[in-house]
Amino acid sequence: MIFGAILAGGIGKRMNIADLPKQFLLLDNKPIIIHTIEKFLIVNRFDKIYIGVHSDWIQYMNDLIEKYNLDKTKLVVVAGGKDRSDTILNIITAIKNSFPDNKEDVIVTHDSVRPFVTKRIIDDNIDAAIKYGACDTVVSSADTIVVSNNNDTITDIPNRNFMYQGQTPQSFKLDLLLDSYKRLTDAEKDILTDACKVCVMKGVAVKLVMGEYSNFKITTINDYKVAQAMVGGKKLD
Amino acid sequence: MINSIYQLINPHFFSIAYSNIDFNKNVIVRPTYMSICQADQRYYRGTRDAEVLQKKLPMALIHEACGEVVYDSSNTFKVGQNVIMIPNIPGNSPEHIYENYSKSAKFMSSNVDGFMREFVNLPASQLVQFNNIKPNIAAICELISVGTHAAFRFNKAAHEKREIIGIWGDGSVSYILSCILKEMFPNSKIIVIGKDIRKLSCFSFVYKTYLGSNLPENFTVDHAFECAGGEGSYFAIDDIIKYIEPQGTVMLLGVSENKVAINTRNVLEKGLSFIGCSRSGRADFENAINLLQKKDFQNRLCTIVNEEAPVCNIDDIHRVFKKDSENLFKTVFRWSV
Repeated sequence: MIFGAILAGGIGKRMNIADLPKQFLLLDNKPIIIHTIEKFLIVNRFDKIYIGVHSDWIQYMNDLIEKYNLDKTKLVVVAGGKDRSDTILNIITAIKNSFPDNKEDVIVTHDSVRPFVTKRIIDDNIDAAIKYGACDTVVSSADTIVVSNNNDTITDIPNRNFMYQGQTPQSFKLDLLLDSYKRLTDAEKDILTDACKVCVMKGVAVKLVMGEYSNFKITTINDYKVAQAMVGGKKLD
Repeated sequence: MINSIYQLINPHFFSIAYSNIDFNKNVIVRPTYMSICQADQRYYRGTRDAEVLQKKLPMALIHEACGEVVYDSSNTFKVGQNVIMIPNIPGNSPEHIYENYSKSAKFMSSNVDGFMREFVNLPASQLVQFNNIKPNIAAICELISVGTHAAFRFNKAAHEKREIIGIWGDGSVSYILSCILKEMFPNSKIIVIGKDIRKLSCFSFVYKTYLGSNLPENFTVDHAFECAGGEGSYFAIDDIIKYIEPQGTVMLLGVSENKVAINTRNVLEKGLSFIGCSRSGRADFENAINLLQKKDFQNRLCTIVNEEAPVCNIDDIHRVFKKDSENLFKTVFRWSV
């Protein structure tokens, strides 16, 4: 089976503009997260799409699903965790509770605040996860990456040809991700910010899937303004 | 849902526009295969008048495409159903006017965005389902429907003596029309008059082909279709008037950028009828799909379809438009953006 996992556990502190978590802000009169869920719903390879939401906002999320008349038979809302990894684990647990015994299951995890994801990126993720076990969506790094180990002076400037910016979706064979996570030490878990890193830390090869620069994460006020400008272009139909 | 629209903003320049699709209106279709029309090429290369380009761009190109239904709140189609997308948006027209000639009709990739989008949302009335047709052939269904429209109108208008039907032009329209006429009028002899011997050699199924410069003295046709278009329109129409029998019907399908002088003296003397044909409506698409169910018909079309590698990004769009200039007939490609 193929599962979508839309991560919306955050409460939007970085945006600092409203009490509303950023995934619920409107983009062309529709919450950002609804745009994202709709893009997943339209990929009919998904058996179920899980949405990990902060527990305070579960009712709000369910009301939105009702309001926008989304296909409830495909959607499952679960409580998010204390951080990103925890939210993914909660979703995996929910999946395992409902669909326990399939070793070939695939999970496509995606930030709820990346509504510009395309069907092509999602399809490529599913294909790569089935074929390679794990994949990450990336774009070539347009800027030079500078490494500073002391946050003061440059330690290294890596060759840009090998530098990529990570996006989402990040997709995995579900058991492979779970097994890798279980093998992490507590110290390793503490520094974990990225699901693919779980695999990398445990020596599992992660295939690169090409993303799009437009598939950016709406994190700051500036991102939000850019997103609004992008969908406010000239409409011809 | 946010949709990506690949718009031509200037000749040779594409940009992606984003717009919200209302999930609960219309049918949402994922385009699968597309085909390039000469009209698209003219926009791409910038060979239309600067004033026209200024008025129409930015605009997504392509009006020949098939796709797959991915969401339908009206429950008219099942998810996964293959469909042809009709680019003509009918306006309000009186009953005696075909929908493609309505003054209020719009045409995708002419006055509104064409099909180069991640998803296309259309009313069910602008979609025709199909099965048992290769998708790279289904992609050219719009052009086939232009042919079925012309053939239908010809059948209604032309007198009954249809022993010899001449087709002037050796391009895709001419080839497709030849296939249609052969099916619809099996007792007629189809003769194609062109100027490119390589292209004419592809018309293996017609009665005869001639180079326009090499027509026999006693050559004659009962009725004629002009599919030359462009600068060739003048010479084709002039030849038709010269060689057609009295009271023949002349179907005009070729698009000319400039005004064309017509030998009206001989038109009057012969009592000829001229009928202009452009675009098509839903019934013409349905007729085209019915014809495509015939294996011979579909197989003949295979020989003029050049399938290029899938299009995954803007660079690939440039690639297929450039390749199209080298291909003799139709260029189709899988849409994988």
